[in-house]
Amino acid sequence: MNALEVGSEHLGTVELRIPSKPEWVAVARLAIAAIANRQPFSVEEIEDLKLAIAEACTLCITQVPGSETIDIICEATTSQLRIEVRDERYRARGAGAGRTASAGDGEGLGIFLIQALMDSLEVNIDPQLGTELVMTKRIGS
Amino acid sequence: MDIKVHVRESDADAYVVELGGEIDVYTSPKVKDAITDLIDQGHYNLVINLEKVRYIDSTGLGVLIGGLKRVREHGGTVNLVCTNPQIKKIFDITGLVKIFGIFDDEAGAKKALA
Repeated sequence: MNALEVGSEHLGTVELRIPSKPEWVAVARLAIAAIANRQPFSVEEIEDLKLAIAEACTLCITQVPGSETIDIICEATTSQLRIEVRDERYRARGAGAGRTASAGDGEGLGIFLIQALMDSLEVNIDPQLGTELVMTKRIGS
Repeated sequence: MDIKVHVRESDADAYVVELGGEIDVYTSPKVKDAITDLIDQGHYNLVINLEKVRYIDSTGLGVLIGGLKRVREHGGTVNLVCTNPQIKKIFDITGLVKIFGIFDDEAGAKKALA
């Protein structure tokens, strides 16, 4: 669990593993909506989260094809939702691998949308090592 | 998860692609196929009706941008019908409001093609 913000209370951690295939991205969207519903996110914020998680999963599937699964780890607190999304190969190599990508690196609209909808985003994409995104959305932001 | 694609001929030498459901990495190939088929048949003025679309992501946007690029090569255009605030927000964020004609109803989108 990551350090909590002052005055913030940990509500729960949810871990989900989905097949790294397009037809399973909708499951990630539904799961995020269900988790965010346990927090006081607005309907619009929940829609933002659904799009962000879908874009993250799509990046895992399309940028570095070949992984079997995608891991999604959600840490819900009273102030925010932190989401880690990483593919199987990145998980095997461990944190710190790969490079940091940005919207200008050619990953296109997906990263741009996540940056616009979330409050923070870290991206590591490496053609050999896999993909990892860590993003946070604060409640009421 | 589903996507419904309905193509119909309209007046003013235009075709309407009516979409319903969710457009994401799984369903967008079906949308791309419908738009590509129309362009391959020589139809370059398109109205894409997103009124019944509940969700669209970057792969869906990519399909719409690809279609617009292709019809513009032939002097055509793509106008969108969109009333869903969440989807309009995505077009705003990405700046695509400046590239597509976006209308509140199909009549307006078709009229603007003429």
